[in-house]
Amino acid sequence: MNVAARVEQRVFMKGNEAICVGAIAAGCRFYYGYPITPQNDIPEYMSAHLPTIGGTFLQAESEVATINFILGTSASGKRVMTSSSGPGISLMQEGLSYMAGSELPAVVVNISRSGPGLGGIAPSQGDYFQAVKCGGHGGYRMPVLAPHSVQEMYSLAMLAFDLADKYRNPAMILGDAIVGQMKEPFTQTPYVPTVSQEKPWALTGCAGRPRQHVKSLYLKDNAIEVHNWKLHRKYLKMQEEEVRYEDYHLDGAKIAVVAFGTAARVSKTAIQWARREGIAAGMLRPITLFPFPGAQLEEIAKRVDVLLVIEMNTGQMLEDVKASTTFHDKIRFLGKPCAMPTPEEIHGELRKLAGRGR
Amino acid sequence: MTTDVIMAGFGGQGILMIGNLLSIAAMEEGRHVTYFPAYGVEMRGGTANCTVVLSDEEIGSPVVGRPRACVVMNGPSLDRYLPAIREGGDLVINRSLVDPAKVGRKDLRLLAIPANDIAREVVGSQQLASMVALGAYVQRTGAVRMQTLFDCLPKVISKKYEKFIPLNVNALKEGESFARNHA
Repeated sequence: MNVAARVEQRVFMKGNEAICVGAIAAGCRFYYGYPITPQNDIPEYMSAHLPTIGGTFLQAESEVATINFILGTSASGKRVMTSSSGPGISLMQEGLSYMAGSELPAVVVNISRSGPGLGGIAPSQGDYFQAVKCGGHGGYRMPVLAPHSVQEMYSLAMLAFDLADKYRNPAMILGDAIVGQMKEPFTQTPYVPTVSQEKPWALTGCAGRPRQHVKSLYLKDNAIEVHNWKLHRKYLKMQEEEVRYEDYHLDGAKIAVVAFGTAARVSKTAIQWARREGIAAGMLRPITLFPFPGAQLEEIAKRVDVLLVIEMNTGQMLEDVKASTTFHDKIRFLGKPCAMPTPEEIHGELRKLAGRGR
Repeated sequence: MTTDVIMAGFGGQGILMIGNLLSIAAMEEGRHVTYFPAYGVEMRGGTANCTVVLSDEEIGSPVVGRPRACVVMNGPSLDRYLPAIREGGDLVINRSLVDPAKVGRKDLRLLAIPANDIAREVVGSQQLASMVALGAYVQRTGAVRMQTLFDCLPKVISKKYEKFIPLNVNALKEGESFARNHA
């Protein structure tokens, strides 16, 4: 393909809008949500586009209602998505637990904001624990994808639908205000399904077939224990098959940054600057936060002098890094709770760790 | 080559529009570009700003701590961004609203353009002050080709207002010509 043709296909769009384009490409025709900054571009885009392609956009009366609408539509076998930010995602936790228990797929987007509480609208990665450890009751897991570019907002939206269907489980995209609000060109690669979208379990009316049901309540004998082990095997399979990460200049690196999403994106510039000065810096960027690339992290920990964990919070993924390696003395942490790290300060930190002074 | 610019002013001055136009022009020239706007309450609070990064290589951070250039359309934005500009960087200020005496720094390549006055008196609409400033910035830095900006105007101006495209071209040209004469 020549350069001109490639340039031709690029679209200049906000990250939040690119998620919608990816979702629609993946066959999502149902979106429900309730407004909150900094993700309002998503319902705005969906409300403008879904009705023109035979889809349904619904503004619910609350996030609690939203997630239950999502549950219902998912039970009918349709691809469905919602999006919100921190406080709204908190309100959806009960529904997410019910969906995990009922084995219902859906894509939930969290363009997170500062917290706790109403917090603020500044970009933050403070929802890592809630997303990765799952905030609802009962002990469930879900795939969590962390895009760091508009291109990934598009492609990971498509992947999220496939993962949700593959595992019959909610899947989350965890972004923040920067990847949500920034615009950059991206290429609309075609959606290539990696899973069957046949859903024989879906509730579609039982004419001509035996009745079936979708539920999360198991009262008989040890049915709930059996169900828990079944779900557990599913989560183990996710850990075996779905780990995704980017190796950014790790070959020969002595300092490995570990960062996701916007913190990783900003780190790339700092790493470029450091490498030009002869500092052997690289980065492990988890693309899936669950499953976490723990085995890869341990391999890197063996080879490097320093693991510099950078997060826009006070240290959440840091706990997963510590759980993945025994080299705790190599771990350093740079936290920017509810603030944008700049390449300059990350570069300064890399220089300091390389013994170059600031 | 990598360059970046922070554009800042009042909400309604067209800051986000000129940032979008510059970004789309860079994309059309086959380059990498990121655009990051102020969002949420800031829009309603009276100030607007955006950061644009242009590069021939893949761009890391869309956020810039020390920009290579600033286009400053009002007084409060000068206070906010003046200390951040890199040593030797480019500063375009809207002299109609920003006092050049307040710049103070001698290391910058300063261009003080009466953007509101040029827009009102020469172009014929004060609303185009930001477009005048963009023309001046692009002439001074060569960030993109001027012709690409003209060609991309239909992508940032809705169909409803397409009759104003020639006026926008004029505004860009007036800014360009002022910058050329004050090099």
